Amino acid sequence: MDEIKLRVEGIEKSFPGVKALSNISFRVRKGTVHALCGENGAGKSTLMKVLTGLYKADAGQIYIDEKPVEIRNPIQAREYGISMIAQELNYVSELSVEENLFMGRLPVNRFGKVDWKKVRREAIKFLKEENLSYAPDQKLKTLTVSDIQMLEIIKAITNNAQIVLMDEPTSSISEREVKLLFEKIQELKEKGVSIVYISHKMDEVFRIADDITVIRDGAVVSSDRAEDLDIDTVIARMVGRKMENVYPKEILPLGDKVFEVKNFCQKGIFDQISFHARKGEIVGFAGLVGAGRTEVMRAVYGLDPKESGEILIDGKPQTIRRPEDAISKGVIMLSEDRKEYGIIPVRSVTENASVASLKNYFYGGMSHKKKEKEDVGRIFRKMNVKTPTLDTLISSLSGGNAQKVLLARWMLCEPEIMILDEPTRGIDVGAKFEIYKLMTDIVKEGRTIVMVSSELPELIGMCDRIYVMCQGLITGCLERKDFSQEKIMMLATGLLNTSDREEER
Amino acid sequence: MKNSKLTAGLQRFSIFIVLLVMFVACSLLSPYFLTPNNLMNVARQLCVGILLAYAEMILIVSGFLDLSIGSVLALSGVLAVSTYKSTHVMVLALLVAFLVGIVCNMVNAVFVAQFDVPAFIATLGMQQVARGIALYYTGGANILQLGKFVQLGQGMVGPFPVPVLIVLLITVIVWYLFNHTRYGRSLYAIGGNRKAAEASGINTKKSIFISYAIVGVLAGLAGAIFMARNNSGIPNGAVGYEMTGLTAAIVGGTSFSGGVGTVMGTVAGAFIIGFLENIMNLIGVNSYIQSIIEGAIIVLAVAFDIRSKSRKQTKQIMAVKDEAPKA
Repeated sequence: MDEIKLRVEGIEKSFPGVKALSNISFRVRKGTVHALCGENGAGKSTLMKVLTGLYKADAGQIYIDEKPVEIRNPIQAREYGISMIAQELNYVSELSVEENLFMGRLPVNRFGKVDWKKVRREAIKFLKEENLSYAPDQKLKTLTVSDIQMLEIIKAITNNAQIVLMDEPTSSISEREVKLLFEKIQELKEKGVSIVYISHKMDEVFRIADDITVIRDGAVVSSDRAEDLDIDTVIARMVGRKMENVYPKEILPLGDKVFEVKNFCQKGIFDQISFHARKGEIVGFAGLVGAGRTEVMRAVYGLDPKESGEILIDGKPQTIRRPEDAISKGVIMLSEDRKEYGIIPVRSVTENASVASLKNYFYGGMSHKKKEKEDVGRIFRKMNVKTPTLDTLISSLSGGNAQKVLLARWMLCEPEIMILDEPTRGIDVGAKFEIYKLMTDIVKEGRTIVMVSSELPELIGMCDRIYVMCQGLITGCLERKDFSQEKIMMLATGLLNTSDREEER
Repeated sequence: MKNSKLTAGLQRFSIFIVLLVMFVACSLLSPYFLTPNNLMNVARQLCVGILLAYAEMILIVSGFLDLSIGSVLALSGVLAVSTYKSTHVMVLALLVAFLVGIVCNMVNAVFVAQFDVPAFIATLGMQQVARGIALYYTGGANILQLGKFVQLGQGMVGPFPVPVLIVLLITVIVWYLFNHTRYGRSLYAIGGNRKAAEASGINTKKSIFISYAIVGVLAGLAGAIFMARNNSGIPNGAVGYEMTGLTAAIVGGTSFSGGVGTVMGTVAGAFIIGFLENIMNLIGVNSYIQSIIEGAIIVLAVAFDIRSKSRKQTKQIMAVKDEAPKA
């Protein structure tokens, strides 16, 4: 019999009007990775908050090393050896690497003065041990998101933790760093540390999990050894139904070249970017984090400046200086940063959906709010947005539903060309599938999609053509018949370059 | 479920319930409170404050504010008054007031929108500048004997004071702007998340300029009414009035972090403060003590409001986030 490190028995948690967790029980073995799978809103995050003492459970008991414990707050959780890597990173961008590393536990001398020499010494030692190449006095804002995420992860797991909770740790790091993380996890396992791993990425879960517990609607559906399961079974249990086809791709006859970007340059960020899309086509953009895909799209959409470059719509050159120019020409962009560039948290779902098409509801000095509600209601029904009412604040929706509201925002603009940057990031399998289905409907209506994604399976599943970027350059373009993960990765890492421009040279 | 609906409803109208309770309490505390004379007096006194409250609300909703409004009021007021004294044309005097207000606020807007200077700093500077110009122009002396100009502040149309009618008209306009125009909707979006508003094709800079222009008109109008009520052009008048406006807007539920606020809430906020001052006068509270009570009540009111809102919101967020709404 394996040693049980963490045992959760009959945890219940209700919020006014809703039961978030009902009778949750599972066991985490010592030195193993235990994956928790479930759709967004299944209750995983609530469970994590109970385990770290942010919420108090209504009933149930937690055992560590088979001893009953009561975790009242995060500090106590840390004392019990529970460490958490949150989905949303917590860091202060104006402070340095070392200050962030030692936040909340800066060493002080007996007069209460911070011992900066010690901080520096330990930070250097730490960075060296972990093979991280940043300087200890570098401000966090000069690091990329994935660097910061790596730092957070390493910080959390070197904290002498016995149990590490990881909530979507790979959502903003590149494939190479994922590998690094998994090596780290392997090391931890060998040291006898137990890991509770939450992820939507099934391939990752199956790569590292020893046990898999599936949660649906706040209750445990099953808890098994990973080797007894396969991806389809887990997904079916998560959504409570069988998914026939993960990618509802339909091959459609393609129309004319409707959208063309020529020679986009922005010094130090991207260079000589040219691509096109046909009517009814889904064009993908693959690449590692930091390859410049998002930056290109933002420049195309007029959100960021560009040094040079041309945009042609239906063969005619267009000037797009700001997002409103783009929208008026039928080009929209769904930002990868939902929180910063998408959601208006304090306003209702209706206002969030209509904000980009206000001219349809406010004209001639009058408002047409009834029409607004009708249009929004119709598109929400079509997209299966789950919201209590049309006046509900968007901030109270789950990630997947909020994303659908943002997609609805753009659908209401009736665009011809939709740039979707990471449209399914951080949302659950069910909602992902619905977004794929929606994308298929969109191109069927004769619109065009340019999709940036860091998930190769979804690019391969949904696209007609994929451009691959590496370090600010387009290194290749693959037709659907030539798609393969290996080829894309070769292009994305710069090992292969098939772009026309390079050949001409 | 029904119960939670009821609480939600109560929460939504909490400010009006506070106003009602206050009204009842005041009428019990003093027999003079409920007389038509007294109530009309409160309304008249509130006129300038409400105009400033609208101005601040427009800006706070979109994530900005104006600390210069008291000074701009004084500057546009004295210039309007002196225009009237030399021309005796009311319309011209009012136009001058509006124009001065707009010019001052365009300067504010340039710094805020073009140079990204925090509104707090930009308008703090304008506060000094506008006051300085007003004092320089008048040589620090009041302009006396305004003649018929006083009608603007003291006149009556039937049983109604002129300034009250003006404020009613402005209330309707501002309410319409917020509820029925693209501009109003844009303000909520900009205050709620400026980057998202921009990415959604809203011209945020244009909206900021329009807002400050409207604020300029409101400041000018308030200036004219203020001087007319006092029957003199007072360059040193209305010091600290920006706080009166800010307080009414905030007590009325306008969120300092932007994106939230209603015209009716702001009216209620202004009346709550108006009633408070009035009742303290009626029952003879020492004016120094009045100031202490007012300050305390404002902070407490906002603290309660924030507390109950954040509780409600976390509950809602948790409820929906952790349990997917299976509608």
